[in-house]
Amino acid sequence: MFGYILKRVLATIPVMVIVAIFVFLLLRLTPGDPAAILAGDAATPAQLERIRDRLGLNDPLHVQFVTWAGQILRGDLGTSLISNTSVSGMIADRLGPTLNLAVMTIVISVLLAVPMGVIAAWRHRTWVDFLVMSFSVLGFSVPVFVIGYILIQIFAIELRWVPVQGYKPPADGIGPFLARAILPALTLATIYVALIARMTRASMLEVLGEDYIRTARAKGVRENVVLFRHALRNAAVPILTIIGTGFALLISGVVVTESVFNIPGIGRLTVDAILARDYPVIQAMILLTAGIYVVVNLAVDISYSLFDPRIRY
Amino acid sequence: MEFKSRDFSDAARVLKIRGLKVGLAGRPEAAPVIDGIDLDIRAGETHCLVGESGSGKSVTSLAIMGLLPRGALEVRGGSIDLEGVEITQASAAEMRGLRAMRLSMIFQEPMTALNPVLRVGEQIEEVLNMHTDLSAADARQRTLDIMEQVHLPDVERIYRAFPHQLSGGQRQRIMIAMALVLDPHLLIADEPTTALDVTTQLQILKLIAELQARKGTALLFITHDMGVVAEIADTVSVMQNGRIVERAPIHELLTAPKEDYTRKLLTAVPTLAPRAARPDARGGDVLKVADLEMVYGGGGVLRRGGGVTAASEVSFAIGPGRTLGIVGESGSGKSTVARCIMRLIDPTGGAVHVAGTEISRLPRRSLRPHRKHLQIVFQDPYRSLNPRWTVARSLCEGPINFGTPRAEALAHAAELMEIVGLPRDALRRYPHQFSGGQRQRIAIARAVAMKPDLLVADEAVSALDVSVQAQVLDLLDDVQAKFGIAMLFITHDLRVAAQICDEVLVMQKGRVVEHGPAANVLSDPHHAYTRTLIEAAPGRHWDFANFRALDTAPAPGPKGETA
Repeated sequence: MFGYILKRVLATIPVMVIVAIFVFLLLRLTPGDPAAILAGDAATPAQLERIRDRLGLNDPLHVQFVTWAGQILRGDLGTSLISNTSVSGMIADRLGPTLNLAVMTIVISVLLAVPMGVIAAWRHRTWVDFLVMSFSVLGFSVPVFVIGYILIQIFAIELRWVPVQGYKPPADGIGPFLARAILPALTLATIYVALIARMTRASMLEVLGEDYIRTARAKGVRENVVLFRHALRNAAVPILTIIGTGFALLISGVVVTESVFNIPGIGRLTVDAILARDYPVIQAMILLTAGIYVVVNLAVDISYSLFDPRIRY
Repeated sequence: MEFKSRDFSDAARVLKIRGLKVGLAGRPEAAPVIDGIDLDIRAGETHCLVGESGSGKSVTSLAIMGLLPRGALEVRGGSIDLEGVEITQASAAEMRGLRAMRLSMIFQEPMTALNPVLRVGEQIEEVLNMHTDLSAADARQRTLDIMEQVHLPDVERIYRAFPHQLSGGQRQRIMIAMALVLDPHLLIADEPTTALDVTTQLQILKLIAELQARKGTALLFITHDMGVVAEIADTVSVMQNGRIVERAPIHELLTAPKEDYTRKLLTAVPTLAPRAARPDARGGDVLKVADLEMVYGGGGVLRRGGGVTAASEVSFAIGPGRTLGIVGESGSGKSTVARCIMRLIDPTGGAVHVAGTEISRLPRRSLRPHRKHLQIVFQDPYRSLNPRWTVARSLCEGPINFGTPRAEALAHAAELMEIVGLPRDALRRYPHQFSGGQRQRIAIARAVAMKPDLLVADEAVSALDVSVQAQVLDLLDDVQAKFGIAMLFITHDLRVAAQICDEVLVMQKGRVVEHGPAANVLSDPHHAYTRTLIEAAPGRHWDFANFRALDTAPAPGPKGETA
């Protein structure tokens, strides 16, 4: 088991190296002078020269890459062109809200979607199944911002249960955090509930046709035990995959929701950076997103073997 | 041969079925799947339910367990009385209370019938947790006890094992332990040994008989294997199209069957008496295998040398128009040999000559022209044909790949349909529109369409009912005679080998232990392992087709009365 985890961790290195090369080249190979791009339209020749110097743009490409990669490895992601502060610091400030929101979303999604999927499969082709599937289609097809604004209209403006927008870290009290995070989390959760419920249902339908389910029933095992002890664990692998992918997508895809709910997370940071052509921040965000995908996939792969003893590497 | 001849008229009646009808759910107008059957089983009795696939045997067992698939099948009428409890009227909760306590079931395939992600000990213990108030320690002790009773070794270790870590026989013992841990009065066994090797089958049958005798369990044993029936049955019911067409004590049924259908079933059972070898034309060997060796996982960078030897020192030759059978149990290496010859895997040593060319070392590219000389028919016709292709496309693909014009390939395919006994318009249909036997005919036609010199049949009739099996074996014989193909026939079934092979080669643990004409190997085996295999074959002293004991037994009376 330990050897397997080590092997998987080592296997992530080439992926990250390829991403790093891509990110590096993104700036260097963009037509025109990178220094001019970095400096923006209003730069003076002196400023351009300083930037060239700082980036080492006069060195050969591979030397530049090694220097740059070395900086990244030390956690130095460069300096924002707009705020002139360190990019790593900016991300650290913004990652908290995004992660909190993502975790809350995925927890809500799993808690709602897995039972929905299990029951839909158990009552296959009945009205319950139909209801779950209808909700799922709805969850896929209604745009995130529509759901967000509808929820704000109902719960924040009409009912006044929660504030319209904003963010408070959990450290300031769990109540204020939840009051502000619940609507964005529910908004984000709709599509993941739809996705995970569908996957759970499909995977469970397959497993419920297996011989060992019949064996469990032949033993006189209660239906809830059949479903959750015998069937769900066997159905777990595709469900875990979709949860993992969902979580990674969430972190990289919170752009719209954070804008709607005015949350100071990395989604907003990315939008602002793109609008302002703040290249060091954009570079850092691409690296970060790739890193999150790699880590989440690693976690999912390792979790397979916890659910299914046949998976040993 | 000794049959059981016990009298159960004094024993308590455990199961009483009267006029049971089962039909498709929500479609009362459709023909019933089970059409008014009666069945009685008494304590200690073994009642065998026999019939071909689709006859309703398994549906009967599921109806008794109350496990008919919801929304697909439902009881339409009649009664199932288990010691005074009417099962057709029982609620879901009542039914759960009866299962494992009063009636239990074991299934055909112990690999799929056990939950792969739970430890086998936990799976047995779950029965106790569901139905008793035993403390955790007592439940565990009782689980270990029953595991001892089914003769599992090292029960503490096996308790913690997962199903995939056990052998097929061990898994079936776990299933039996699970079914019998609460001493139910009725045990239903649905083809419990069909997926096992003959020697394992023998052990499992003995185990079931031993526990049944000790606990006085009534046993409903569902099987298609007349050999097994002859060994274990007190009473036999023959099922056809949802009806029980004949019921009789075992001896009566085997010696004097009344119904045509029963006679047909019995006549189709192949005997263990081998066919006489056909004259050896010796037009040169089509296939010549010399010192074939296959070692898995050896020679890697990390584990040098320590591989698993799946086959070693395997040598034989087959001439045109002749059949060589490789028999052995699972893991004996017989399928490995077949795959090496087909070059589906690359042998690690030895030589394979097909039609004069040594192919075991050929690189993939230069091997391709030789592929048409060797064709294979697989075991499961449900999975070996592409479900989205018409039969014509499956049959023509190979010849067209080798340069035959489409029209010519189609014409040849149509001829082949006739040869394998299917209508020409079958070419336009898809595999799911055919029965298992018909699909295997298509698979044979597909192989023969390539005009091969060698046909490898890997358990090609093992998935078929006996009556269909006999027809497909005849077809293989015809095709072979017509085209002069050499055939390599891989099987675990000695009866099938006796039917079709000129020569037999017995494999054990990757080695050839005996090789010779079928008549010699099967009638006068020299190696201890061959003898074990033959002795494990159920019903081997009985000549089912002629309703009498085999000649090797003392001379039978006019109606086999001395058997």
